[in-house]
Amino acid sequence: MLGKIFFLLCLSSAWAEDLCSKAVPPEAYYVRLSIKTALGDKAYVWNDNEMFLFQATLAFAMRSQFSGQEYNVSNIVVCDETPRVSFWFVVTSLEDPSRLVSRGDVEQAVRKSRNRINSAFLLTDQTLEFIGITPTLAAPVAPNTPPWLIVFGVVMGAVFAGILVLLVLPLIQKKRKKNQPMEDEDSDEETQVKTAENGPERSGVYNMSFSDDDKFTQM
Amino acid sequence: MKVKLPNPGLDDRIPSHADLERMETEEAGDRPKWDNKAQYLLTCVGFCVGLGNVWRFPYLCQSHGGGAFMIPFLILLVLEGIPLLHLEFAIGQRLRKGSVGVWRSINPCLTGIGIASLMVSFLVGMYYNTIMAWIMWYLYNSFQSPLPWSQCPLNANRTGLVEECARSSTVDYFWYRETLNTSTAIDESGGLQWWMVLALISAWTLLYVCTIRGIETTGKAVYVTSTLPYVVLTIFLIRGLTLKGSMEGIKFLFTPDVDELMNPTTWLDAGAQVFYSFSLAFGGLISFSSYNSIHNNCEQDAVLISIINGCTSVYSATVIYSIIGFRATQNYDDCMGDNILKLMNAFDYAENNITDINYNDVLAHLNHTNPNIIEGLNLETCDMNKFLSQGVEGTGLAFIVFTEAIIKMPVSPLWAVLFFVMLFCLGLSTMFGNIEGVVVPLQDLRLLPRSWPKEVFCALTCLISCLMGLIFAQGSGNYWLALFDSFAGSIPLLVIGFCEMFSVIYIYGADRFNKDIEFMIGHKPNIFWQVTWRVLSPIIMLVILVFYFVTQITKSITYLVWDQEAVVFPTLEARPYPDWINVIIFLLAGVPSLAIPLVFLYKFIQMKCCKKKDYSDSTVDTISAKIQMGEKMKF
Repeated sequence: MLGKIFFLLCLSSAWAEDLCSKAVPPEAYYVRLSIKTALGDKAYVWNDNEMFLFQATLAFAMRSQFSGQEYNVSNIVVCDETPRVSFWFVVTSLEDPSRLVSRGDVEQAVRKSRNRINSAFLLTDQTLEFIGITPTLAAPVAPNTPPWLIVFGVVMGAVFAGILVLLVLPLIQKKRKKNQPMEDEDSDEETQVKTAENGPERSGVYNMSFSDDDKFTQM
Repeated sequence: MKVKLPNPGLDDRIPSHADLERMETEEAGDRPKWDNKAQYLLTCVGFCVGLGNVWRFPYLCQSHGGGAFMIPFLILLVLEGIPLLHLEFAIGQRLRKGSVGVWRSINPCLTGIGIASLMVSFLVGMYYNTIMAWIMWYLYNSFQSPLPWSQCPLNANRTGLVEECARSSTVDYFWYRETLNTSTAIDESGGLQWWMVLALISAWTLLYVCTIRGIETTGKAVYVTSTLPYVVLTIFLIRGLTLKGSMEGIKFLFTPDVDELMNPTTWLDAGAQVFYSFSLAFGGLISFSSYNSIHNNCEQDAVLISIINGCTSVYSATVIYSIIGFRATQNYDDCMGDNILKLMNAFDYAENNITDINYNDVLAHLNHTNPNIIEGLNLETCDMNKFLSQGVEGTGLAFIVFTEAIIKMPVSPLWAVLFFVMLFCLGLSTMFGNIEGVVVPLQDLRLLPRSWPKEVFCALTCLISCLMGLIFAQGSGNYWLALFDSFAGSIPLLVIGFCEMFSVIYIYGADRFNKDIEFMIGHKPNIFWQVTWRVLSPIIMLVILVFYFVTQITKSITYLVWDQEAVVFPTLEARPYPDWINVIIFLLAGVPSLAIPLVFLYKFIQMKCCKKKDYSDSTVDTISAKIQMGEKMKF
């Protein structure tokens, strides 16, 4: 049993090395990662462990898409790794390691699990690029009532309230003044009846020509 | 120069100095008054300081030699702006009437100047409030995150962005498509855009509620509308200076280029900017100063307001260009980032191998070794100066460049709200002066019954302007507005300004004017005012008018069009106007200017032919005829 597994592994790695030395097959997809652009200071170093994670997530994606078919890390063959962190990969089929899974199937699998693949590497659609698989665009948020109508309604309400207040207030004040002079006239009549004396009210100008200042003329 | 044209009967038409003293102490309550000096100053500052200070002056400053532009601007401010401002303040305060009343008092034949002011105020108010409607539309849309001009909508089958948006930019798309829904030519109306109509209605009703009772209501409103812009400008200055690249913008603005001073266009633009910036010849300033007390120091006011206006222009230019510098730096970084990414992807270099610093060296090296690949990449040249000089004037500045800068700042909705509230306040306080310049002459002309209250005059003005302003709410509205801006608010104002100065100095009489000012403020105007009023300012205005006229007539009139089919898309394409536009141009620029001579002739003929029936000369000259009987008899 163990011997068989070892034999298959050796065979698959041999196949893998074979694949990489040949020309890029049509079923291959280019992948490009821009880790430093996405993460800046918190960027991790790309090494073999990260590559293993990539193979594992892609195998996961294939398993999710084609339920029942148990893809493994060995089925994901990666070639031509560059310092840019870009490479191409193919997926070998389960039954026959020499056959490659079609582009369409791989694309479907990647699209379905794109979010999971991105988050495994803390990247986005723009920083983890599968050349040839365009990211599905998120629709812009569109609320039911446009927010501007709400603000417009508030402003117009305030404006019309203001117009009403400014037009109606003077009319009310005029009515109040009409009522008040009626009361003032009554009080005036009363005071007029009461005060007929000349007493302390000095509303006139004091006429100096008849003052007593010159009673005692200076000699 | 002691030239004075004959002007019989002037004393009968204007109140004498004794009358003015009496009116001052009696407080004849028919005419509105300012609550305090601050209200008056804030209203005048608000009228003068407008959108032009924010989006016209910075552009002129930068394009005409930066710091060197200050020299022609300041010289013409002192020689042209301050004298004309002082003249308008003084004549309004002395004759205590609105613009039509003032010119009719000086001589009935000059009523045309007041009518021209009325027409210009009306036409300018119409299109200026449409800009207010646009500002309010953007303000309403600023209360959401993310801002609507930061995203492109998806196309019909959701495979990509809308083509128009992808080819230009999100802010361009939001302005030209979602706000204006602009058509491709001025003759294609495109129908009324309902959201624009709503915004226009909200702008006019808001203006109505503020001006409903003249300076009683606007006097309260200006406490906010005239001071808030300064607060917001300061906030933006502090925010701007902390952003990366702001100093680039300020340096670009103020770097002096002394050679520009030799260019006559620089001086012409400076003169025109001073003239329009002071909102002269609209009639609003005459009206405002007529509500002052008779001994108000109008000389001091004129100098103070001129200084405030000049300083505000420079201050707002600094703020605007700090934000523009930030935006240009962001665009430059994005451009470089794109290029570097393309290179890295093509040659599989590790990230951060190519940076801004070694980009040029690496590019040169690669061009040497693999020129074919480099050509195939289509690398863009990233030019900082190009980014700094993009679309930095007029509506392009506010609605495209600045909005783009805002979406790159954190907490964008806050900055958007602040910016558009500031623009709104700047525009609203200018509109107060415009409405004053329309409503008061309408009342003076006595076309409508006098018993109608001021609220009705105001409502009529706002309603008619709103209805006529619907042309700006069409698909082609933007092009109509540009047309109005170029022709209604340029030549007629220069003509009116020149006629005003000529009338006061040579028809009213410079000597009489000097005595009036001595009566009002206590000392005779000094030699500076005499020289500028009589000689310098009229000559400067005449020169600007002639040059303006000549340049407008000689160049073929084109307008800028947003057209997807055009080759130069997304930049605007220049197209010639259709022929019938000349009629419209004549109506806009010619009719107000021609109103002055036409009304002059009409009144002159009326005076001459009706002189035989005029018995007013044969009144008996007695003492009792000169005694003014007041309404209230005092026992």
